[in-house]
Amino acid sequence: MITLDKAIINTDVVVSSITGEQALKRRLMDLGILPGVKIFVRKIAPLGDPIEITVKNTDLTLRKHDAKNVSVEPISQS
Amino acid sequence: MSIKIALAGNPNSGKTTLFNNLTGTNQHVGNWPGVTVEKKEGRLKKHKNVEIVDLPGIYSLSPYSLEEVIARDYIIKEKPDLIIDIVDGTNLERNLYLSTQLIETGIPVVLAVNMMDKVSKNQDSINLENLRKYFNTDVIGISALKSEGIDELIQIALKKIELSKEFVPIVWFNENIEKVLAQLVSRLKDNVDEKQLRWYAIKLFEHDKLFIDNINQNNDLLEAANKIIDSSFNNIDTESLITEGRYQYIDKIYDRIFIKNKLQREKISHSIDKVLTNKWLSLPIFAVVMFLVYYISISTIGGLMADFVNDVIFGDGGIPDILRNGLHAINASSWIEGVLVDGIVGGVGAVLGFLPMMLVLFILLGILEESGYMARIAFILDRIFRRFGLSGKSFIPMLISTGCAIPGIMASRTIQDEQSRKMTVMTTSFMPCGAKLPIIALISGALFSNSPIQWMIAPSAYFFGISAIIISGIVLKKFKAFAGEPAPFIMELPDYSIPRFTSLCHHVWNKLKSFIIKAGTVILAASIVIWFLSSFNFRFHMVEDVDTSILASIGKVIEVVFSPLGWGNWKAAVATFTGLVAKENVVGTFGVLYGFAEVAEDGSEIWAVLSADFSPLSAYSFLLFNLICAPCFAAIGAIRREMGTAKWTWIAIGYQTLLAYVFSLVLFQIGRLFLGFFTFGTIIGIIVIGIMIYLIFIKKRPERYLVENERIIRN
Repeated sequence: MITLDKAIINTDVVVSSITGEQALKRRLMDLGILPGVKIFVRKIAPLGDPIEITVKNTDLTLRKHDAKNVSVEPISQS
Repeated sequence: MSIKIALAGNPNSGKTTLFNNLTGTNQHVGNWPGVTVEKKEGRLKKHKNVEIVDLPGIYSLSPYSLEEVIARDYIIKEKPDLIIDIVDGTNLERNLYLSTQLIETGIPVVLAVNMMDKVSKNQDSINLENLRKYFNTDVIGISALKSEGIDELIQIALKKIELSKEFVPIVWFNENIEKVLAQLVSRLKDNVDEKQLRWYAIKLFEHDKLFIDNINQNNDLLEAANKIIDSSFNNIDTESLITEGRYQYIDKIYDRIFIKNKLQREKISHSIDKVLTNKWLSLPIFAVVMFLVYYISISTIGGLMADFVNDVIFGDGGIPDILRNGLHAINASSWIEGVLVDGIVGGVGAVLGFLPMMLVLFILLGILEESGYMARIAFILDRIFRRFGLSGKSFIPMLISTGCAIPGIMASRTIQDEQSRKMTVMTTSFMPCGAKLPIIALISGALFSNSPIQWMIAPSAYFFGISAIIISGIVLKKFKAFAGEPAPFIMELPDYSIPRFTSLCHHVWNKLKSFIIKAGTVILAASIVIWFLSSFNFRFHMVEDVDTSILASIGKVIEVVFSPLGWGNWKAAVATFTGLVAKENVVGTFGVLYGFAEVAEDGSEIWAVLSADFSPLSAYSFLLFNLICAPCFAAIGAIRREMGTAKWTWIAIGYQTLLAYVFSLVLFQIGRLFLGFFTFGTIIGIIVIGIMIYLIFIKKRPERYLVENERIIRN
């Protein structure tokens, strides 16, 4: 298990849990980042932060610092 | 009887398009007292008794962000007769998540599934019948952009209000949660309106902070409720349970609502992003885009158009001469000629001459705003901005501020954490706004027209604007009021779209209009006052030489303040003060004081007069001061609204003016040092630099625990 900020670009991951301050947690969940949801880690900004992810067919960007609060399980590429 | 309909939905779901569609041109922007976020209000076309309220775009009705709180307060307290929930059909899951919350409020909801044209273009389809069934409410597919289904939507909405069916709550959550909710409902029965029972029960269950603060006096109720909740969900994050419950419900029914095509095409936006947010290309592209925007609007197209207006319309044989000849023909007295030609035409004309530049700038900014590139800019630059204690989102207010600082300052409210928001409000007006363009163009033309660095003047204004913001970010962070952890930054990157001609025109015209109105009102009045003060002496005799006028006497008192900055001449001092009314006034005032309307061979004569009073260095110092100092009164008003207190407003404009003074002082004094002058001012300049270096590089941020302790004490 890793945190979302460490996920490899261009891979899919599945959310296992979300921690952190209630406001941030709620925000992430409101946007569909929930346990069991598949996330595609799309790219990283040119200066190394933030990252871009696709979740529920929407592109979102968030900082690595905030992405730390999302624990994910990489899906092994077949 | 008057009917109220609220429009709610996700950001970017096409709410504003629908709003304009429903209300036609009959809209006005209203500010509610005590509320910093603007809600738009209008009347329904052909049904003038129906009021449409456009709520801010939101993802949820959580108690954490300002927009969301505004939206839910409106729905719960004002109780509109109906909510039209605009659902983006291309992004159904997340949009329906908000719908589950809107339906719970007990207000009748019509789901308007928007962008149906796009859905079919993608070869997907939406089963509206099933959506109706699973959400137990009226559903209609529309395309706000193509005005499809709007009439039907209105019919359904009005009919629904007329029938006012009983509210039947839908059960989204699992048994365990529903059981507790049922208990809470029965506990609440005597306290709240029947239709809102479920909403309140869920808020209690979620331990919703805002809601609990509101019922603080009713401690018994709260205690009883907590006992009920804890019996089944002790020490569990119930708020997250509810959020998950909603998405689980949508998940369960999703296959029966949204039928995805089998094609596995890559989204066009992703292909575009391969270039625009590319690791190596994105920053150079961004720099080129920004350069082009300002180069085109100031130096090329906009500049040429401005020259045309200045030279042909307000130049030789133009309006001033025609007017003068006309007045001679009817033997008008000389003071009438003075106030009309020198005062009004000189002042207002000097400002209107720059309208073409603003036009081009607004068109280009409008294209950036509508295309979806703005969000990418935030993505690319967030890293840099965060370093300075701001958010990537701060860039959007700043970019908007290059058009006008007022919407820029108001746009800062999308920033969630208080410190970044305040800092953005304070610093965003450092970006040169449209009204400051004339000042830049004037100085660049008047003092640098033969200089090899002329092309740099306009871009450098933006460079200094950004520097002022960055320096402020670094320095302010070191003071307790702004210290703190950076706030979360989570943002949607919308799909790119081609800006539509009509909405672009709408957008550009709305902004331009306010400038024209200003020219016709505030600037007109100021021009007359300036003309009067500069044409008469204290005995109210008309003077030949402006240097003996009332204005000169006043100006000579205040010019002392600006002497260390290199432009201690009274005309510049007066122009700076009139700039507080509106920044275009700086040029307008010069227009009156230097007689712009009179001299007009080819426009460059105007500049010659000005250059007699300035050196390139002092002129640039003047420019810099006027770019950074306190903005116009209208923008100060916006700061006051966003800051919420007079104290913070004063801090903001005091800081801005101080920083402007420091920048100009350092520039002028150190510039002079390079030219070989060493005076007392140079020493002051060096001391100021020392203080800045200390604040930027040496002074430490306050310890974190101090900040936290303070919070605990305050609570």
